[in-house]
Amino acid sequence: MLVIQNLKVFHGPIEAVHGISFTVKEGSCVSLLGPNGAGKTSTISAITGVAKSTGSIKFADEDISVLPVETRIRKGIAVSPEGRRVFANLSVRENLRLGGAYNPNDIDSLIAEWFETFPILGERQHQLAGTLSGGEQQMLAIARALMSEPRILLLDEPSLGLAPKIVTQIFTMIEQLKEKRMTILLVEQNATLALRLSDHAYLLNNGHIVADGTAETLGSNDTLMAELTGLG
Amino acid sequence: MEFVAQQTMNALSFGAEYALLALGLAIVFSIMGLVNFAHGEIIAVGGYTMVAMAALSLNNPFIVIGAAILVASIGSVALERVAFRPVRYADPTTGLLTAFGVSIVLQNLFLLLVSPRPIAVTSLYFLEWPISFAGLRISSLQLFETLTTIIVIVVMMLFLKKTVLGLAMRAAAMDFEMVRLTGIRANRVFAAAFLISGLLAGIACVFIMARRGSVDPHLGFDPVLMAFVACVVGGFGSLPGAVIGGFLLGAIEVTMLVLLPQSLGGMTDAFVFGSIALLLIWRPDGILTPPREKGDKQ
Repeated sequence: MLVIQNLKVFHGPIEAVHGISFTVKEGSCVSLLGPNGAGKTSTISAITGVAKSTGSIKFADEDISVLPVETRIRKGIAVSPEGRRVFANLSVRENLRLGGAYNPNDIDSLIAEWFETFPILGERQHQLAGTLSGGEQQMLAIARALMSEPRILLLDEPSLGLAPKIVTQIFTMIEQLKEKRMTILLVEQNATLALRLSDHAYLLNNGHIVADGTAETLGSNDTLMAELTGLG
Repeated sequence: MEFVAQQTMNALSFGAEYALLALGLAIVFSIMGLVNFAHGEIIAVGGYTMVAMAALSLNNPFIVIGAAILVASIGSVALERVAFRPVRYADPTTGLLTAFGVSIVLQNLFLLLVSPRPIAVTSLYFLEWPISFAGLRISSLQLFETLTTIIVIVVMMLFLKKTVLGLAMRAAAMDFEMVRLTGIRANRVFAAAFLISGLLAGIACVFIMARRGSVDPHLGFDPVLMAFVACVVGGFGSLPGAVIGGFLLGAIEVTMLVLLPQSLGGMTDAFVFGSIALLLIWRPDGILTPPREKGDKQ
């Protein structure tokens, strides 16, 4: 579904990712793991078109690397970005409506479904998103992304800055998405959690892919795990 | 009693004009961080459209008003497309200089192509007649202006609350990139902002023309300056702030005109801006400061 080849990502004159290649198959969950500054978020930004990049980004057999941000998103890519970035000045419901802005299906019933999945969002639907707790904002960011009923979900650090209990809740939800055969590209620093969900994982460091494999092969490699978790 | 009612009406209609124009500046600023000083030339474009309609012997007031508002709106969208789109993601200073440039170019075009002298616009005099109400005499023009502004504000609130494009415009004020990441087209949001801004300038133009009765190349400067001040008072980039700032500025101006003794009549502006300076010492960011938060890991 998503094939990245020789991707280099630039922030101004600085090259943050130095020519990586990876593939996300339809219905699979792939993670990009690695420490801070490894180039994970830069990779996501390149896929959505927010960051400048060279190399090829193929989505559903089409090269999308020259398309503007909105057009790429409309092809069926949704992103729950790092730092959540909910629209703090809009209500919970309004955030969800924007998420489904170009979805021709019945938005209200989709919103109702999300309020069943996350009852707390339903209770606070008229509250400004900026007043939600971090965990609630993360739920909202994921729900907003899925309002467009995308073909692939890019999840950037969903566990960032959240209490362990909330992280478990978020990952249970991602697991449910995976069971529904949603294609997911997951970016995480929390390697243990991410590996449990992933069919395949790539380990990034300093803008290079230093290893890849399944949860089993990567998980049993102690040196790699040390590098991943930063305990090495 | 009649004096108080008349002055209140004056304050409301001054405020209504400032609020309309300030809203037009604020909606563009909130989305692209651009102080559009060419907004005043959009008012002049509306005025010259009225002159053109008279030259074509089209004197039906509805056609004249409709054409002025339409041309102002289209003109505003055209400015976005031609002048502001290339500097959309540039530094705010670049945008500001572009706006000044556009303003100067347009003023000179009016000078060269039309006339440096004021041209009379007589087709709107019919808007002004005295109304007697409960023993008070007020001006119909002021009443129209205040009512129109109230309707415009209500319609705009509904648009910003109820439509996806309106929601996107509010969201864009917070985080434009994230709006694009939900698949909403940036070009459409910018075009809508300039369309609304031009529409508001067109509506304000009708009342300015009805009061002044003439158009000249520098017509737009004073109203936009006042609208800019109204935005600063209200909190730059905040739409409710622009409305509050506009009406407050109108109230301050009329209060100064009424309270200052005749000998200080020429000093009205000094007193108006002086009281605004005091207000800004109390609230340096204006009355309503728009939120600037963008999530917690930036």
